Order: sequence, then structure tokens, then C-alpha cells
Amino acid sequence: MTLLAVVTVAIIRQRNLFGVVILSSIYSFLMASLLIVLDAVDVAMTEASVGAGISTVVLLATLHLVRAREIRPVGPRPMALLITAGTGALLVWGTVVLPPFGSPDAAIHKHVAPRYLADTVRETGVPNAVTSVLADYRGFDTLGETTVIFTAGIGVMLLLRGVRRRGREDRDRSAS
Amino acid sequence: MSLDLILRIATKLILPFIVLFALYVQFHGEFGPGGGFQAGVIAAATVVLVAITFGLRAAHRIAPQAVVERMIPLGVLIYAGTGFAGLLAGHNYLDYSVLSHDAVHGHELGIFLVEAGVLVTVTGTMTAIFYAFAERGR
Repeated sequence: MTLLAVVTVAIIRQRNLFGVVILSSIYSFLMASLLIVLDAVDVAMTEASVGAGISTVVLLATLHLVRAREIRPVGPRPMALLITAGTGALLVWGTVVLPPFGSPDAAIHKHVAPRYLADTVRETGVPNAVTSVLADYRGFDTLGETTVIFTAGIGVMLLLRGVRRRGREDRDRSAS
Repeated sequence: MSLDLILRIATKLILPFIVLFALYVQFHGEFGPGGGFQAGVIAAATVVLVAITFGLRAAHRIAPQAVVERMIPLGVLIYAGTGFAGLLAGHNYLDYSVLSHDAVHGHELGIFLVEAGVLVTVTGTMTAIFYAFAERGR
């Protein structure tokens, strides 16, 4: 947790965007370790592969397209600082009423989770409750997530490839 | 050219293991951590690794752009189609019980198919996004 805070401060202080990308990759790895501590191995795996792996590659590819230095910030902005501090204070205030860390009496462990854990092998034949919840009990959610990824892929392809093709046509036209 | 010899050989050595690990994460997801999302990203990472080490052309050879782009909607279709199987048999949408003679088997098969759909879409999308960025850079 302390390391996470250190890396976050370093990301804010860093002006070289290449350094920022590498630091955010480190941040993702720390986050993945934290999730392993929380016994959320599936989420940790996703964080390590997506956050630290693919995101870093895509960000580096973006840096290849744009300049690698952040522009100087334009002086202090009291309003922005106020809004940020206010939102942060609200979030901290919200954690006050949360159940203690790792408490078995938390509301989330009392609702449908025990039923899923108890019946997953009998009903779906799949011992990993994460998989059975993801793909079976909450199948609609995962269908939605898959559609979101589909939409994201189509969006990026339309944005980046469409521009390139038009650029080439312009060049062809001016050449002829 | 000679300087990246170690890199090229190491990449060649490590690639089959990454692919194997992706498949393990995919098909062992029912017993251990993992599933379609994670396996898809790992599979896409092999293409990224090939592109970084051997160049974009080599990556296009093992994962042609047309195939990658068709994988994106194909995965969603596999997922949604699995759902329609339940609908056609007179059950709810995404009810896997009808996929096999007994309900538990049906659920296992349904989860397998759905995860396969997720794998195909995630691999396709991640690779396509990488290709889109890499091609702009040229």
C-alpha cells in the first residue's frame, strides 16, 4: 500500500511520459500483488495481464505517435484543487461506514454469495466459483462485458484505421 | 542485426510456453484461476511479442489482420448463440441446462462455450487494437 502511494506520487511528479508509462506498469503489478493478498487471484491475473501488459504496450505505441514530454501545467488552479480535495474527502467519509476489512459479516457475504459457493459444484459442475458466477449465474453481465470489448475494438479500429486510409487517399489525389 | 540474436532466440524459445499457458488458463479456468479474459490477453501478448521482436510483418503472418478483425464479432456471436440455444429449446436465454442430456453437463458445456466466445473476442480485440496503433506509427 505504501509502495502504491509512492508510485502514485512519482507518476504525478514525473514529466517524462515514458517514465509515467513504466511507473503505471509498476503500479499495476503492485495492484496485482495487493489483489493476491486479498485472495482475488482471478482479478489479480487480469490486472497483471491487462494493466501491466497490454496497456503498457498500447501506451508505448501511443507515445510513439505523440510527443513524449508532458506540457508545463498552467499555474495553480484553486477551484480544481478544491473539487479534487472535496471528492477525496467524500470518498474517505464513505469508507467510515464500510464494514471492517475482511469481515465475514459484511453485507456482500450475506446475500447470494453463500448460495453460489454452496451450490456451484452441484448445479454447474465447476469447482471454481468465480468462473461459474461469471459465465453462468451472471451470464448476462459477462455477455455485456464481451459486447463492451467488441465495441471498444470496433471503435479503436474505426478511429485509427479510418483516418489513415483517408490520409492515403488524399496523398494519392495530390500525387495524381 | 547480430545484437538482437539473443532476443530472437529467447522469443522463439518462450513463445510455445506462452501459448501453452494461455490454453492452460483458458481450459483450467473451471478449476483454478483464469478464464476467457485472461487467456485472451495472454494469447494477444504472444502476437505483440512477435511483432516487437520480429517486426509487424511476421506478426501479420501468424495472425493475419482479416482473421483478427473477424474474431471480434465471432466471439460475441459464439456467446450470444449459446444463449439462443436455451431459447430455442423453450427455456430462458442463456439457460445452459438444455445443451446436454443432464443439466449439470449442460452447464459445464455452456460455461465452456461462453468462455471460448470471450477468448475469441478478447484475443481479436487486443490484437486489433495493437495492430491499429502499430500501423499508425509507421
